[in-house]
Amino acid sequence: MKFNRRSFLKGTVAAGAFTAAGFPHIWIKDASQAFAAGGEIKVGVLFSLTGTTGIIEESLNKATIMAIEEINANGGINGMKVVPVVEDPASDPATFAEKARKLVLSDRCVSTFGSYTSASRKAVLPVFEKRNNLYWYPTLYEGRECSKNVIYTGAVPNQQQDEFVPWLVKTFGKRWSLIGSNYIYPKEENNYCKKLLQELGAEVVREEYVPLGHSEFSSVVSKFRSDKPDVIFSTVVGDSVVALHRQYRAAGLDPETMPMASLTTSENEVAAMGGDAAAGHFTSAPYFQVYDSPENHKFVDAYRTRWGADKVTHFVSESCYFQVKMFAQAVAKLAPSDIDPVNIREAVKGVELMAPQGRVRLDGETLHTYLWPKVGQCKADGQFEIIKQSPTWLAPDPYKAYENQTCTEQGLKEV
Amino acid sequence: MAEIIISQIITGLSIASILLLVALGLAIIYGTTGVINLAHGEFVMLGAYSAWVLQHYAGIGLFEGLALVFVLVGFCGLVIERVVIRYLYDRPLDTILATWGVGIMLQQIIRLTVGGELRYVEMPASLSSSVGVFGIEISTFRIFILVVSAALFGVTWYLMYKTNVGMKLRAITQNREMASSFGINSDSVYSMTFAYGCGLAGLAGALVSPLKSVSPEMGSAYVVDAFMVVVLGGVESLLGTVASSFILGEMNGFLAFLSNDTMAKAIMFLAIIVLIRFRPQGLFSKKIRG
Repeated sequence: MKFNRRSFLKGTVAAGAFTAAGFPHIWIKDASQAFAAGGEIKVGVLFSLTGTTGIIEESLNKATIMAIEEINANGGINGMKVVPVVEDPASDPATFAEKARKLVLSDRCVSTFGSYTSASRKAVLPVFEKRNNLYWYPTLYEGRECSKNVIYTGAVPNQQQDEFVPWLVKTFGKRWSLIGSNYIYPKEENNYCKKLLQELGAEVVREEYVPLGHSEFSSVVSKFRSDKPDVIFSTVVGDSVVALHRQYRAAGLDPETMPMASLTTSENEVAAMGGDAAAGHFTSAPYFQVYDSPENHKFVDAYRTRWGADKVTHFVSESCYFQVKMFAQAVAKLAPSDIDPVNIREAVKGVELMAPQGRVRLDGETLHTYLWPKVGQCKADGQFEIIKQSPTWLAPDPYKAYENQTCTEQGLKEV
Repeated sequence: MAEIIISQIITGLSIASILLLVALGLAIIYGTTGVINLAHGEFVMLGAYSAWVLQHYAGIGLFEGLALVFVLVGFCGLVIERVVIRYLYDRPLDTILATWGVGIMLQQIIRLTVGGELRYVEMPASLSSSVGVFGIEISTFRIFILVVSAALFGVTWYLMYKTNVGMKLRAITQNREMASSFGINSDSVYSMTFAYGCGLAGLAGALVSPLKSVSPEMGSAYVVDAFMVVVLGGVESLLGTVASSFILGEMNGFLAFLSNDTMAKAIMFLAIIVLIRFRPQGLFSKKIRG
């Protein structure tokens, strides 16, 4: 081989790259530095502030920041301040993964609170699993996940449906029409719903999915009219919820005889469609803004004082708020030198606290949360009236629709 | 059985009327000036926001506000034509990039000033009921949209084929240099056409706003629909636009009835791709001497 300057340079670069890849510890600064240093605990806050889901995620960011501020105002955790590192992943799953990597690797956050959509959670999951860090996910979702690196504080299908579906069958009847947006969440929810309906001897007259962002519901509405179902079970999300409700109402259909029962319509969606279009329909969730409890009054008042009197709280912003408090309780149990993601995960198992929705508990097996299912009926003023609530908290079971699988402390168990 | 068919035809008609409403402005601009206006959806969005602002801040109802919405959005279109589009008439491909950029800017301006929350426009109380037609309940507002789109088509057709301006416009469309040498001020005719097309898009936005949600991103769905209609109908044919909205609306209605909306959308796109493979000029294009 002839040795000239070009091949020398190439060789040097290649050797350098090999060294960097082979001995990463010499390149990563402060690899041995403790997570909680200088009286500060860094946490990531990863909600989109721009892009398609920016509006709803902004409210999650606000609830999270407010909870952190409250903790710091009360003297922090064992005297240490919680420092939020806020990133904007712009509603894009790839950006979520990139920002998550930054929060975990260069900011060395001990936990990250984030995500609204399942797509963004799935995108960051490998980052947290590979580095054995901890992600806190506040949104209700379709279940079927059993990660040791995610704390789930939103409802899974059994928590939204176990009380809701039998009650609807009893009150309205056995002919059901299922309508959802065309992606994983509605399909999994409907999967579980069909299972419940079968046990109850009820019948699904139609199951249909519309494209995400769909806004022309004339065909769907005309099918409602000809099928005359007793209940329309809706898992339509985003702008489509607004279009569906407004066109349902314009067509002169009546919620008294053919109510829509939704798992996704919160105060936030109702504000966007107008109370008149939402009035009379039902939603199942662990939290509604009108829920009467001292903790909730405090939460709603604090939220409005901090962010504006016209702001609404809803079932995802509530879990954003209480999951930060759970984090604080878990960290408070640890000595400063022990604060790391794995110890926090072990410490949060079985933690209980009074959330705005009632007393909640983190399940040590599944890392999901015990919640209080409620059924709300929407009124013309844009708020819900809680017409039914569970007498006890309900254990999370992310694999309830799949009998041969269970989520355990050791991971997913298949029989 | 007959009832189901009638009900499906009516469903198809109400889809078609919204398609026509949204596509009409685009058909005018694309068909006559050749500008590929990717910001069309944003003009629809501006119309919806104008209706919302008028209702929310000035208490002007949807009916009373329609003329104002047309003028406001038309004026916006005029400004954009004067500042950007007029320099691009001889470079039709560049209009794609330019109007796309304009669209993004309009979206962000609305997001920054009005905010990104979903908004809604109240339906006029007199139209929020439903009536029975041939034994089928149908929303009064949908009928209203059908009537308005038919009327707007009538007005546009009259302007194009029965007025002096329309004649000049058609002359320019056939040969711009020749028309100019006969003393037609092609600059001002094009400006007026662009503004008119934008005004129509604005009206479309205001009219669909009570049925759908109003958000800064709403335009992107409409621009796809509008291009679909115009491409199928043939770019230089106003009647083709009507026919193709009718075909697409009915097709969508029936396919969605037989399967579901997701399938209907996919099959429609497939059909259009196959069609433009074999008939790139669209279904109803006329022969024009170039």
